[in-house]
Amino acid sequence: MTAPDATSVGLVSPLLFQYKQPFALQNGTVLPSFDLVYETYGELNQAKSNAVLICHALSGHHHAAGYHQGDRKPGWWEHCIGPGKAMDTNKLFVVSVNNLGGCHGSTGPRSTNPDTGQPYGPEFPQVVVKDWVASQALLANHLNIDHFLAVVGGSLGGMQALQWSIDFPQRVHNAVLIATAAKLTAQNIAFNEIARQAITTDPDYRAGNYRIEDTNPDRGLMLARMIGHVTYLSDDGMANRFGRELKSGDIDNAGDVEFQVESYLHHQGRSFTQRFDANTYLLMTRALDFFDPARETSGDLVAAFEQAQARFLVMSFTTDWRFSPERSKEIVDALIAAGKDVASTVIDSEHGHDSFLLPIDRYTSALRAYLDHAYNVTVRHKGP
Amino acid sequence: MRPDLQLVANLIQPHTRVLDLGCGEGELLDNLQREKSVIGYGLDKDEDNIRICLARGVNVIEQDLDRGLGNFEDNAFDMVIMTETIQSVKEPRGLLKEMLRVGRECVVTFPNFGHWRCRLQLAGQGKMPVSEHLPHRWFDTPNIHLCTFSDFESLCADLHMRVIQRRVVNQQHDERSFINLAPNLFGSYGFYHLGSTT
Repeated sequence: MTAPDATSVGLVSPLLFQYKQPFALQNGTVLPSFDLVYETYGELNQAKSNAVLICHALSGHHHAAGYHQGDRKPGWWEHCIGPGKAMDTNKLFVVSVNNLGGCHGSTGPRSTNPDTGQPYGPEFPQVVVKDWVASQALLANHLNIDHFLAVVGGSLGGMQALQWSIDFPQRVHNAVLIATAAKLTAQNIAFNEIARQAITTDPDYRAGNYRIEDTNPDRGLMLARMIGHVTYLSDDGMANRFGRELKSGDIDNAGDVEFQVESYLHHQGRSFTQRFDANTYLLMTRALDFFDPARETSGDLVAAFEQAQARFLVMSFTTDWRFSPERSKEIVDALIAAGKDVASTVIDSEHGHDSFLLPIDRYTSALRAYLDHAYNVTVRHKGP
Repeated sequence: MRPDLQLVANLIQPHTRVLDLGCGEGELLDNLQREKSVIGYGLDKDEDNIRICLARGVNVIEQDLDRGLGNFEDNAFDMVIMTETIQSVKEPRGLLKEMLRVGRECVVTFPNFGHWRCRLQLAGQGKMPVSEHLPHRWFDTPNIHLCTFSDFESLCADLHMRVIQRRVVNQQHDERSFINLAPNLFGSYGFYHLGSTT
């Protein structure tokens, strides 16, 4: 492990929340119980007013900051969470959870189905963003957190933060929605479907029962990740990073030629198969596709926001074409029409959708400015 | 607070909906949110201004005024404010019309190009005016649509806008009585409270 510096939360270990009562999902199925694995950074203050919830994206998990014993790489949002960082753990108590249906320790397709004694596999019920939010609220109860100073998320995580503001208006002071959308466009769903097809048509997928049959749809999962990855970057970003550099071979002489970008995608795809479960990938992409909080208000997003009480910060990135600034603007316009407090900024970045995971100065300093103010208003000088 | 902003703030009723175009560091909105509990939003495109607004809890929206206000509904606001910004937008006429579409009333403040110092420099020295209230030289100015009070009032008439109130101040934002003898000659800044004629 790299020696943690003063701006890292350092060594962290995952914690387990076991909910031992039946939990009804939106689609009608009832889980007899569930586990959520999560991490926390910083200290919960006595008034329990400084908690921040991190919601993860499609391929994310609970390990957002610090280092696990023996790891060289920190959590996925290390540059945003830590002492003195935008989410300052000297002041805030940050909770980061692996969602239901995930494959990093929370109950999901890899868990044992109590009815059969076998892994759920493809039988794991389809969870949706609303279910995640409900299960996260149960974790909050367990931690004695009545309300969050902020619920923060990027991409699919931003959808959860948005849903939080609607489902638990009194429990969210601030909702930070980064590179997200109030619903996916047809193009975005199309990319998810290509990824799903790559997985389900892999002969090793075995109708989802690959674990029982001791195989893994590596090729399909790899292809799904490669497609996803291309859509998370921008044309210019890829050109600047890889250009037409060759990894091997010689274009002038026929033979096996490999461009740097191919090698990169192969590596990304392969390493993904080691750490991610195909059934979870299918489930998470479906949850993305289904998300549409305005469906309950006949498609009217302004009406959907009516009950929200949170203040909102909405951020997007100029070259993000998977969750474009236009999608964020739709959220902002609806919030303004609903008379809610909202601030928004569009960050200049060449890194496409991936920008929300990267240390971009203007992005992190905007987030810091917003959260510092929220902290000062709500925690330090708690109003009457 | 800047004296011209105070003039604007005095016009705003408590608990109303306010839109501030080119809100800068959010000084006016911050004041209105605290003192008058308005539901206020500010549009700006400058990165430093936006960060300062976020740090003071102002509802700042990153939006370029030159791309219009098409994202706002008709009469979405009680008051639309634009202080010392109209001279630097691409289409002042279109934007003015939009302001009175999305708002019931609006306030516009701007520097007067008809001020005697400007006239003197142009007529006497044959040079583009540079003064305290218009400090930029012709080649580095953001002010691409300067006008005089008289010009502005003609445009308002063209657009069937009603001047509810006009106030004219000098460089120190004083309203000396002599200014109103010939405002277009002696006034440095104009403050116009506008509504529709219908």
